[in-house]
Amino acid sequence: MRKITPRIFKNFCVCLVFILSSGLAYAQNTVSGRVTDARGTGIEGATVSVKGSNVATATIADGSFSLSIPSNARTLVISGVGYTTQELAINGRTSFNVTMQTAATDLNEVVVVGYGTARKKDLTGAVATVGAKDFQKGVTGTPEQLLVGKVAGVSIVSNGGSPGAGSTIRIRGNASMLSNDPLIIIDGVQTSGGGIAGSPNILSTINPNDIESFTILKDASAAGIYGSRATSGVIIITTKKGKSGKPKFNFTTQYSVGKVSKKMDVLSANQFRDFVNTHGNSSQIAQMGVASTDWQDEIYQRAQGVDNNLSISGGTKGKLKMPYRVSVGYNLQEGILKTGKMERFSGGVNLNPSLLNNHLKFDISVKGTKTQSRFADEGGVIGGAVRFNPTVPVFTGAGMYNGYYELLDPNTTTGLKGLAPRNPMGMLMGRDNQSDVYRSIGNAQVDYKFHFLPELRANVNVGYDIAEGKGEARVNEQAAVDYMRQSNNAGVGNGRIAPYKQKFNNTFLESYLNYATDINAIDSRIDLTAGYGWYDNIYKNYALPTYFANGVLSDSITGFPYDEPRHRLISYYGRANFTIMNKYLLTGTFRRDGSSKLNPDGRWLNYFSGAAAWKISEENFLKNSKVISDLKLRGSYGITGQQEGIGIYSYLNVYNLSTATAMYQLGNDFYNMARPASYNPRLAWQETYTSSVALDYGLFNNRITGTIEAYLKESEGLLNSVSQPAGISFAPVEFMNIGTMENKGIEFTINAVAVKSKNWNVDFGYNVTYNKNKITKLTQFDDPSYEGIRWGGRSGGTGGSILINSVGHPFGSFYVFKQVYGADGKPIDNLFEDLNRDGVINDKDLYRYKSINPDVLMGFSANIGYKKWNLGFVARASIGNYIYNNVASATGTYRNLFDPLGYLANVSTEILKSGFSGTGDKYFNSDYYIQNASFVRLDNINVGYNFGKVLDNKANLRFVGTLQNVFVISKYKGADPEIGSGIDNSFYPRPRTLTLGLNFDF
Amino acid sequence: MKQNIFKTSFIAMVSLFTISSCDSNLDLMPTNDLTPEVLYRTPAGYKQSLAKLYGTMALTGNAGPAGSADVFFPGSDEGQNSDFFRTYWNAQVLSTDEAVTAWGDPGLPDFHNINTAPANLFLHGLYYKTMYQVAIVNEFLRQSTDEKLASRNITGADADAIRGYRNEARFLRAFDYWVMIDLFGNPPFATEADLVGGPSPRQISRAELFDYIEAELLAIETSLPAARTNEYGRADQAAAQALLARLYLNASVYTAGAKVKNTEAATYAKKVIDAGYTLMTNYSYLFMADNDVANTESIFTINYDGIKTQGFGGPTFLIKGGTGGNMVSADYGMNEGWGGHRATKALVQKFDDPSGATDKRPMFFTNGQSLEIANITQFKEGYAVTKYKNKRRNGTNGSSTTFADTDIPLFRLAEMYLIYAEAVKRGGTGDANLALTYINNLRQRAYGNTSGNITAGDLTLDFILDERARELYWEGHRRTDLVRYGKFTDGSYVWPWKGGVASGTGVQDYKNIYPIPASDLNVNRNLQQNTGY
Repeated sequence: MRKITPRIFKNFCVCLVFILSSGLAYAQNTVSGRVTDARGTGIEGATVSVKGSNVATATIADGSFSLSIPSNARTLVISGVGYTTQELAINGRTSFNVTMQTAATDLNEVVVVGYGTARKKDLTGAVATVGAKDFQKGVTGTPEQLLVGKVAGVSIVSNGGSPGAGSTIRIRGNASMLSNDPLIIIDGVQTSGGGIAGSPNILSTINPNDIESFTILKDASAAGIYGSRATSGVIIITTKKGKSGKPKFNFTTQYSVGKVSKKMDVLSANQFRDFVNTHGNSSQIAQMGVASTDWQDEIYQRAQGVDNNLSISGGTKGKLKMPYRVSVGYNLQEGILKTGKMERFSGGVNLNPSLLNNHLKFDISVKGTKTQSRFADEGGVIGGAVRFNPTVPVFTGAGMYNGYYELLDPNTTTGLKGLAPRNPMGMLMGRDNQSDVYRSIGNAQVDYKFHFLPELRANVNVGYDIAEGKGEARVNEQAAVDYMRQSNNAGVGNGRIAPYKQKFNNTFLESYLNYATDINAIDSRIDLTAGYGWYDNIYKNYALPTYFANGVLSDSITGFPYDEPRHRLISYYGRANFTIMNKYLLTGTFRRDGSSKLNPDGRWLNYFSGAAAWKISEENFLKNSKVISDLKLRGSYGITGQQEGIGIYSYLNVYNLSTATAMYQLGNDFYNMARPASYNPRLAWQETYTSSVALDYGLFNNRITGTIEAYLKESEGLLNSVSQPAGISFAPVEFMNIGTMENKGIEFTINAVAVKSKNWNVDFGYNVTYNKNKITKLTQFDDPSYEGIRWGGRSGGTGGSILINSVGHPFGSFYVFKQVYGADGKPIDNLFEDLNRDGVINDKDLYRYKSINPDVLMGFSANIGYKKWNLGFVARASIGNYIYNNVASATGTYRNLFDPLGYLANVSTEILKSGFSGTGDKYFNSDYYIQNASFVRLDNINVGYNFGKVLDNKANLRFVGTLQNVFVISKYKGADPEIGSGIDNSFYPRPRTLTLGLNFDF
Repeated sequence: MKQNIFKTSFIAMVSLFTISSCDSNLDLMPTNDLTPEVLYRTPAGYKQSLAKLYGTMALTGNAGPAGSADVFFPGSDEGQNSDFFRTYWNAQVLSTDEAVTAWGDPGLPDFHNINTAPANLFLHGLYYKTMYQVAIVNEFLRQSTDEKLASRNITGADADAIRGYRNEARFLRAFDYWVMIDLFGNPPFATEADLVGGPSPRQISRAELFDYIEAELLAIETSLPAARTNEYGRADQAAAQALLARLYLNASVYTAGAKVKNTEAATYAKKVIDAGYTLMTNYSYLFMADNDVANTESIFTINYDGIKTQGFGGPTFLIKGGTGGNMVSADYGMNEGWGGHRATKALVQKFDDPSGATDKRPMFFTNGQSLEIANITQFKEGYAVTKYKNKRRNGTNGSSTTFADTDIPLFRLAEMYLIYAEAVKRGGTGDANLALTYINNLRQRAYGNTSGNITAGDLTLDFILDERARELYWEGHRRTDLVRYGKFTDGSYVWPWKGGVASGTGVQDYKNIYPIPASDLNVNRNLQQNTGY
């Protein structure tokens, strides 16, 4: 920040000069009127503004408005969410009664694009917007869930059902092997993507209630101006802002209750007894207890949630016109896994004053949240509940281990059996991991329209994104997991207090000039932007000592108290738009990025993109068509980059020192060992070449709109963990730029207003995406014998992987043995096909089978309105994605049940089907466990009722009830077929949640 | 007007673009990590770097017990797949008559089945960890040249000490290449001339590598500190001589019969024997928590400490991994057992009296354990081995019961006695009577008296092989010995579950060495897979 200050100051000075040199005021008139829908009902909250200015107001409850306008005002613009925007010439009129037409999509809508805005109908790239009315209902935890199923080519898969859980977001497939997360920009602040200690998901620190819209930039033309961060697409989040007029209050309150929708299939206590009695020996039978415990029932609970939000918005009048919006929110979400919860306090202020007759505009935004979480030990407990013996009780009543039943062994010092599972309830209740995360995002944007040249604007945007996360993971004195954690000559220590803390501090400065003008002589318009950006990211990772539960120090910090890695990006960018005769559109973008993560020799790279569009519907032969209201053909090509996933100092030769528990004895002294870190001095940008062709259409006065689009993304110099030649490298794998990968796809979207009448209103949206991913090169030189890169660690045994990236196959293919089946259709234990016919079953018999990626994704949403009632639902489908059922493979064998270490453990019901013994190690990689996980899911159904005016006409009241995660249809045999990683193992189940909410406007 | 526009635009452009042209803004350095220039500014930095060269054999990485692995690859487990001694032990011991394991982790059963594949994660770890040590030795040699020392103003005694470190580094590299020549045969070959990020190293043939290791050890032999004068845990002349003796004994294997070096083997074993080492009176003390104290027998060890040197390999792996069934883990100074490895009856029956009552070396736990192994995955089948303990001589525990203190001897005097005897027996020049004396020294220590002594007539090559099993079992020698005797793959000598068959079976000869990991073959085009794989 210190280095930036002078520059900000300079830029402000430039602006200041112009502020001082202006100051004319204009005479005012007043216009008034009423805005109604087709049925004559007043529309509340519609915006009435003067074209080309910031003068605006919002209609009140009956649709009426009154607005002071400058004497030079010529046109009024009336817009409202869900209606076609209208422009009316003023011509001295003072009274306006306007009837609005509903529209599936408003093509005059202005959308936020990189470094500026554009009218939707002038777009040349692949840009999708989702506004508040289309959001998924009932979402309170984390904002990206609002978008699920809404946009073609965008896949959002939550990483589980825990409170605030993050999501895996993919735009047009995987273009990289390291990171495919899109760039997320919140009100002009480019977030860094990294998480922070103590937060379940960094996006959960944003209150979904404050969000106005999402803009998704999908192709190289739209995203290209973000250069090196654009390959995986860009999501721009815009928060709600105030409009002119009296203060308006909005209060929403929601209550939700959720429960586990589907448990994992394991043997019941009785099935377990039968099995052991049938297959066990006498000592194993003797190990069974008399209890019947469903461990999954024990660990899960009914989870409640509360979400309250209050906002005030309006605008000040007078010389300083300042629309404002202030909001506060409180969200509490319990986890369905006992003890887990997330509590979020949020606040936000948006100020958008304008001065000097709208020549000088400010957009100031500050958001802050405090998130308090308590994390249950998800993996351990969920996996533990699958495995723990169902014939033993939860409690023994004895004092040890907090009274929980545990597997004992008198031969160990702890009294606990070594390498045996621990009571999942004991683990859950013995641990208390709580965190506080503070985050604030803020920016100030100044936009100055030059007085003597209004076509030229200067825009400066400065801002920050700071967060601090800290917490403590405590394990109490008696809990079995850390019982006698220390037992040495210094004494015995139980339990654990492990504090953690992390901060980040990201700051940026962006400034650009924009010049836009009509060139009437050739019936054209040009719009040019050129700018500069500076993005600085600092993290601070603390190393904190660990204590025993009684507060006695167990592990002190002998090394550095913290580390402070830092990286920076410096950018130049530009865009040129040409519109010729309002029919032909051309766009070119440029970006030059320099990154501190790369060697000085190769850290700068240029990115270009170009796009062209032809508004066919503006041609004479279609202009008067009653059927086709809009038709646009567009195409784009461009280069984007990728640097996410590269270590901050990966190109540097540095040494690090070993920790206090990794010292080596020479003579009588112990030394912290100095190790040269692995590095790759030639690390460079990954580049992706994207081409895209699309047809945007609007039919029947835009009651039906949509897009059909095809794309091809080819990534080169894939950033990739590549095996290194042994003997010269400091790590067996290192990041390198090797390989190419392509994604081909087709997207189709249709939005329609199917029925529109006095009482009825039916609209729906459907989108489908086909994406095919293929790795086309992985080695420097063509090498058909190269197996590929194995990845995708799985549980069961120690080590081992299930996925592979190989040339000619999709990213994340399963690498498996071909299971042989008997005449009865059952798999034969440890019998696999000898694919290469060499008489031995070994790694050479592994083959590539299916992949974790879906071929087709669909989303379908519908809204049915009848009078004051509203019914909506969102359904999604995914076709062609497969899952490795790791629950079945790691817990579904005789060996799992009759563990060689001498205890009994519960197993997946898979054991009844396969009857696998669990001997050998190859069965883990049997294709038997690769299961088709195509699914159809009804995400939610919601019902709303608008009570209209209540409380003496002072307030408007709406009710909404939502059921989320209604059902899922799938052949998949595990609990949930929607698992982004493709490996189903200890997955936190997504709850089925009922939400009831009220919304007051007053 | 036009001029005005131009002027304003110009000012604005300047304000936008000139502010940023400074590229050095992108040169950011880490906060805590050290550049070579900072680390090697002081002699202490060189010592820390030397500690890494040694310590990488004890630890899986720079965080204990895990979390910052030297050699980590996707799908692997740091503790299990990338600890040097743990993976070395799997390759050398688990593959033989000395041990089986109950664990079924992918690739682990393949050792006893003698059916390892190029993708085996344990071999991958052993191979990469060993070659990693080569790479960091090479880096150390590059950073400690006379030019570098001079440029860093390190002179006088400090510079001399660092020159001494260089000899030790070369010893470690020679040891690594011995591991490679013995287990993998024809590894990639890199010296300090091969730079990080440079061309892939060439492959060296087994015979050529033999010459290289020999030449390196001879070159540093006399430059190293005299035997037993260096700090504990650091290599001295005896370490280099012991490695030479072992290399020479196996010369015929490494050179496909082209070189027979039994005379040299005897000569170098004798040099070590005469350097002042004596047998510990109590055999069991060699494998206890305080075996770093008053140890007159160990020549070169890997050092561990339950508090300061924590990992899931080494002695912790040997003790916990070998504890299960009715065994009380506290008896061995540990908090728990992992119920993994036991001995096959072929090892047990090497002893005339496996009870430990007469010969003290067999340390088997038999209560509840069966001698026969019907099912490898059952810990109670096969005798457990209690040779390694985290107990001190006075009966107290090591510094922690979670991780063991016990140091692992890589070379000790007893092996030199055995090498001498075998080398002489194989026709090397030496004293046959002395050979017999050496063997009887071992037996007197084992029996506590002369009752176990043998006669010259008893001292056959096969007797020596068996005596090696009795003396050195579970120390990591067995596969090498069986290969040298032609018995590792051959059907003439089988043990329970050899080759994956309960009664034991021979396997193909090419399995006398392990395959080169597939991932290195994939990336290094200079490498050819070992024949047969």
